[in-house]
Amino acid sequence: MIEIAWNNFTPWSALAGGILVGIAAASFLLLNGRIAGISGILGGLLAPAKGDIAWRVAFLGGLIGAPLVWLTATELPAIEIEAGYPALIIAGLLVGIGTRYGSGCTSGHGVCGLSRLSIRSLAATLSFMAAGFVTVYIIRHLLGV
Amino acid sequence: MKFSLASLFAGLVFGFGLIVSGMANPEKVLGFLDIAGLWDPSLAFVMGGAIMVGVFAFAIARKRTLSFLGFDMKLPSSTHIDKRLVLGGLMFGVGWGIAGFCPGPGLVALGAGEVKAAVFVAAMVAGMAIFELIERNRAKA
Repeated sequence: MIEIAWNNFTPWSALAGGILVGIAAASFLLLNGRIAGISGILGGLLAPAKGDIAWRVAFLGGLIGAPLVWLTATELPAIEIEAGYPALIIAGLLVGIGTRYGSGCTSGHGVCGLSRLSIRSLAATLSFMAAGFVTVYIIRHLLGV
Repeated sequence: MKFSLASLFAGLVFGFGLIVSGMANPEKVLGFLDIAGLWDPSLAFVMGGAIMVGVFAFAIARKRTLSFLGFDMKLPSSTHIDKRLVLGGLMFGVGWGIAGFCPGPGLVALGAGEVKAAVFVAAMVAGMAIFELIERNRAKA
């Protein structure tokens, strides 16, 4: 039986933010002809080809710069990071290796892949979602951290 | 130049989307992944909103060989579900569940000046570099 966290659930801002993410992916696709996959855009910088660097840096700069631009207008919503440093390092390594090995993350497979009805991306999305659910279950309910 | 400007725009709007949706906050993401606790379905609404727009964009893109700025449409063609795809996805999912960060939100939280996000991103880039080295060695062998 699933219990909804009504106090934390924010359907409208989630939907609005999702639409913005969709607009970002759509403009990248329709203007540049590419899939907005963040792990791929970042990972591609580690084996750089000539003429293939500036746009990657620009995209990532936009992403990292977004909170700074946001701050010129209003306050940022809270960012709560409960994980400790060792956990963050292990998580980062797994996310880095896993997204490259599996050719994508939440943006490339999740948003873009599902939008183009790719069975391959559906398989990837189900894999990382399932692993995410199981991991949080183990950490919060079996280990009780 | 046009290509990079469009990339900057897309990255910026993507970042705003993650901020507005609350997904730059790992606790909110973990609230979605914690299906046995008090469950926060917000992440599903983010995906739903993004895919609603995305479906139209890809329907348009499929009919074109050039983008609106005149670049080649580079859509993935692989449909093969292999071990790499699933194992990579599982590995990513475990890391996602540990910290509540996937690549995009990690970078946005880094931009917001969160030291812990910087540590996560550094480890993630190190992980990508390890992958790159393994792939290069495999290519040589």
